[in-house]
Amino acid sequence: MKRPTPLTLIFSLLGACVVVFLLAPLVKMILSAQSGSLAEALADAEVRRSILLTLVCATWATVFGALTGVPLAYLLARKIFPGKHLIEALVDVPIVIPHPVAGIALLLVFGRQFLGGRFFSHFGLSFIGSVPGIVIAMLFVSASFLVNASRDGFRQVDPRLENVARTLGYGPLRTFFSVSLPLSWRNVLSGGIMMWARAISEFGAIVIITYNPKVASVLIYDRFTTYGLTYALPLAVILILLTLVVFAVLRTISYRSTGVPTT
Amino acid sequence: MIRLVNVSSAAGAFALRSISLEVSTGEYFVLLGPTGAGKTLLLETIAGLRAVSSGEIWIAGENVTAVAAERRRVGFMYQDYLLFPHLTVRRNIAFGIRHEPPEEAQQRIARVSQLLKLDHLLDRRIAGLSGGEQQRIALARALAPQPRVLLLDEPLAALDPQTRRQVRRELLALHDELQMTTIHVTHDFEEALALADRLAVMNAGEIVQAGQPDEVFRRPASQFLAGFLGIENIFRGRITRCAGDQSAAGEAFNAVFDSGPLKLSVVAEREGAACVAIRPEEITVSKEPLHSSALNNLAGVVKHIEKSGPLVRLTIDPGLPFLVALTVQSFEALQLDTGANVWLSFKATAVHVF
Repeated sequence: MKRPTPLTLIFSLLGACVVVFLLAPLVKMILSAQSGSLAEALADAEVRRSILLTLVCATWATVFGALTGVPLAYLLARKIFPGKHLIEALVDVPIVIPHPVAGIALLLVFGRQFLGGRFFSHFGLSFIGSVPGIVIAMLFVSASFLVNASRDGFRQVDPRLENVARTLGYGPLRTFFSVSLPLSWRNVLSGGIMMWARAISEFGAIVIITYNPKVASVLIYDRFTTYGLTYALPLAVILILLTLVVFAVLRTISYRSTGVPTT
Repeated sequence: MIRLVNVSSAAGAFALRSISLEVSTGEYFVLLGPTGAGKTLLLETIAGLRAVSSGEIWIAGENVTAVAAERRRVGFMYQDYLLFPHLTVRRNIAFGIRHEPPEEAQQRIARVSQLLKLDHLLDRRIAGLSGGEQQRIALARALAPQPRVLLLDEPLAALDPQTRRQVRRELLALHDELQMTTIHVTHDFEEALALADRLAVMNAGEIVQAGQPDEVFRRPASQFLAGFLGIENIFRGRITRCAGDQSAAGEAFNAVFDSGPLKLSVVAEREGAACVAIRPEEITVSKEPLHSSALNNLAGVVKHIEKSGPLVRLTIDPGLPFLVALTVQSFEALQLDTGANVWLSFKATAVHVF
């Protein structure tokens, strides 16, 4: 075997630091929760309800994100229009602003006394202190991941493949579903996973809009401030294990179909 | 069959400028031009993939200018084939016939895959197929819906020279069989000559000249064309193997090229319709017949003399007009005038057959 160069050595050392830094808290946390306390936490109806609520809300947010974000991503990948760069920058904004700020911003639109809130109240929808509030908070902070990944996926599809489909009798919409989407589904799925995972982990924006019913992250915070570390820890571990498992399964699916990682 | 009337369009830096064109039913029409001339743009415009800013497009007597691409019933093939990588060969071919009843679809797939010798590939995936195979699949996919016209964008450009010649023959055979109205885009004049019933030369978004291939090549209408074509003395005719020829099958053989008013000794690789080209500098001019090894000795009359720098270009007509280039010295030594009787000599191997 070739001897590593000094550069490789230095970079490996520095790289190892960040890996350890990322891994240590997770490992320590999983190790420090006794299996007994995990079982106890799982037996707690409030814990089960909040985990279920988190998963359901994150899934709804991802579904709405896909229904609106994938079409936007396609337009961004294919068309040139005025304000395009502005929209692309805007899509990234939720990643850079503090999430409590995002929560307050949402409150100003979807609060009962504001336009969005009044409009949706006609349909019996209220966003403050309710499940729809959790979903829009998750949607706001995580949609960027899906839009950006899908846009990159569509950009990789040669537009001339779509042209060929058109000459073979496929209208624009059918072409999208028969050619563009099947050829970029890995990026879309990968973006969807990222969005879903980001939605599950959201705290800052949700806590402003909807403290109750409590999603898992809010419940963990609530237990930590009310009862202390011992009561927050098992729930934190369950949440981590759950998301890691789903994440790993979905990544394997999208990885296996090509043999090449997509992102 | 296909008629363009003053079609103009703009697409970024490229533009089509008032293109008028007519291709009749069953014709093999070649669009020839350098890279960036707007050939692909024109083809996409005919297919309905790009909007026109003015003018009209007619296909089979129908004004399709405002008709969407998916309703024009046009077969289209790109230079790099663009097969759908997520589908098998069979499903690529079946892509455009989803509305046909299953039995009819099966028959169509069977027919085109037999025609293009694809039967053994039907259940393969696209990845790993050779360029020639991909090209035949793309052609099969375009033909399966039975389009009214076939538009081919540089169909031979991505193939290696060996395969290219073979596919060129296959395209001709296919056209003979289907009599499909075809527009074939290329930048290769040899390809254009070998395939075209008629051709048009494009440059900078305009049609510079259109007509019979030999006519366009013999009388380029502009400086650009003469330069782009870059070769003179091109004739179309038939190749016949010499009666006493002993060469083995598959090897080059001695043959006669016959274009009617002109018969030449040539070395060829196959019989039948062909074009020949003789470079002006390969031709010797003399006042008496030469006693040399050159097999082609033709008597003709000097029709035209044009002096350009160190060269003198003569047009001499031994049945068909030949262009010959002489240095000023040899021209003066020969003391030629318009109307003089001269002999042209060149070797059989100097005749380029294609």
